[in-house]
Amino acid sequence: MDYINLFVKSIFIENMIFAYFLGMCSYLAVSKTVKTAVGLGFAVIFVLSITVPINYLLDNYLLKPGAMAWLGEEYAALDLSFLSFIMFIAVIASMVQLVEMIVEKFAPALYGALGIFLPLIAVNCAILGGSLFMQQKSFASIGESAVYGFGSGIGWLLAILAIAAIREKIAYSNVPAPLRGLGITFIITGLMAIGFMSFMGIKL
Amino acid sequence: MSQPKSNKKPAIFFVAKEREPLFSKKNRALLKDPLDDNNPITVQVLGICSALAITVQLKPAVVMTLSVIAVMAASNVIVSILRNAIPNRIRIIVQLVVVASMVILVDQVLRAYAYDVSKQLSIFIGLIITNCIVMGRLEAFALGNGVWKSFLDGVGNAAGYGFMLIAVAFFRELLGSGKLYGYQVIPDALYEMGYENNGLMLLSPMALITLGLIIWAQRARNRKLIEKN
Repeated sequence: MDYINLFVKSIFIENMIFAYFLGMCSYLAVSKTVKTAVGLGFAVIFVLSITVPINYLLDNYLLKPGAMAWLGEEYAALDLSFLSFIMFIAVIASMVQLVEMIVEKFAPALYGALGIFLPLIAVNCAILGGSLFMQQKSFASIGESAVYGFGSGIGWLLAILAIAAIREKIAYSNVPAPLRGLGITFIITGLMAIGFMSFMGIKL
Repeated sequence: MSQPKSNKKPAIFFVAKEREPLFSKKNRALLKDPLDDNNPITVQVLGICSALAITVQLKPAVVMTLSVIAVMAASNVIVSILRNAIPNRIRIIVQLVVVASMVILVDQVLRAYAYDVSKQLSIFIGLIITNCIVMGRLEAFALGNGVWKSFLDGVGNAAGYGFMLIAVAFFRELLGSGKLYGYQVIPDALYEMGYENNGLMLLSPMALITLGLIIWAQRARNRKLIEKN
């Protein structure tokens, strides 16, 4: 039951984009058409659900204060948490590279579809954000962190899909010239975020 | 900075075709353009994530601005020094490592001297690593330009970013809680007349809408920035 709660929570209540504004740069840059938006969305889900559990293991067995206790008594007092940024980003960058190679080898069609988006993901704040939130929330098990990563990815896909669909339609409207493009996208995202705030009161 | 004349060959990276003054027009443009015409947030669309999440009050926005200036200047300089030694294929990882080490430094300093603010900024200091503005400028500028220019570009872009951050935070704090930098600026008399703080400004969606309106104002004034569609 906990897993379902966490899943729903990470999609709607703590939506990466509408609640925390993570991954905003690619969200704005790649949301001109629905097709590319979906491609990037799936790549984000993929990478988030791999890197968050890996970083969970890393955090719990290497970085946290006292996490090295499994190596022996003398290591129990070590606290390497100041290294977490560099470790997390290294894991993410290498995972992205690895995923890229695997996808290229075994699913060339998918690789062609994702194209340049896979490497771009290494610098998507939503991915690093997912890992850092995982560290902050101190989940109880690796399962929870995996569910959290997957759910956040889905939430991100939902958000970028919605804005891409709206932007495709808004091309036909008569927006004031200085507001065209970036400005109106910000305001629409703001209104959508107000909509998503209605989930906030829900206690799971 | 006048260089003494000598017959010795200058070191490799100081060979410029003609020596530019330290603050030549071009160099000043590097500092100035990002503040308006080429603002990283409103024109280049880089570094939006953190710009929105930490602008409820001025104080975290100012601290964030200073951190980003430090990180960008330092990592731009380092990457610019290393630019001829970095193999092209692994440059992203190298850049990430440079930026991440700078961010760790900033994070540790903040924790030591400004613990409250560092708690308030929570994960957003860490997210400077993936702040596209840093990577973007490294890729677009520091990899192809000299040390001093890269330094100026880093400071200029970080300042342009901070300018927007502080502008958004100014409106949100003023309208949302009637304070600026933690001090009350709206007089009590106004509250007695029935003025109310706009609680909506404190919520995150209003950051997006405020920024949208700022972009509107900027582009209405500077019409060459208007997008075709």
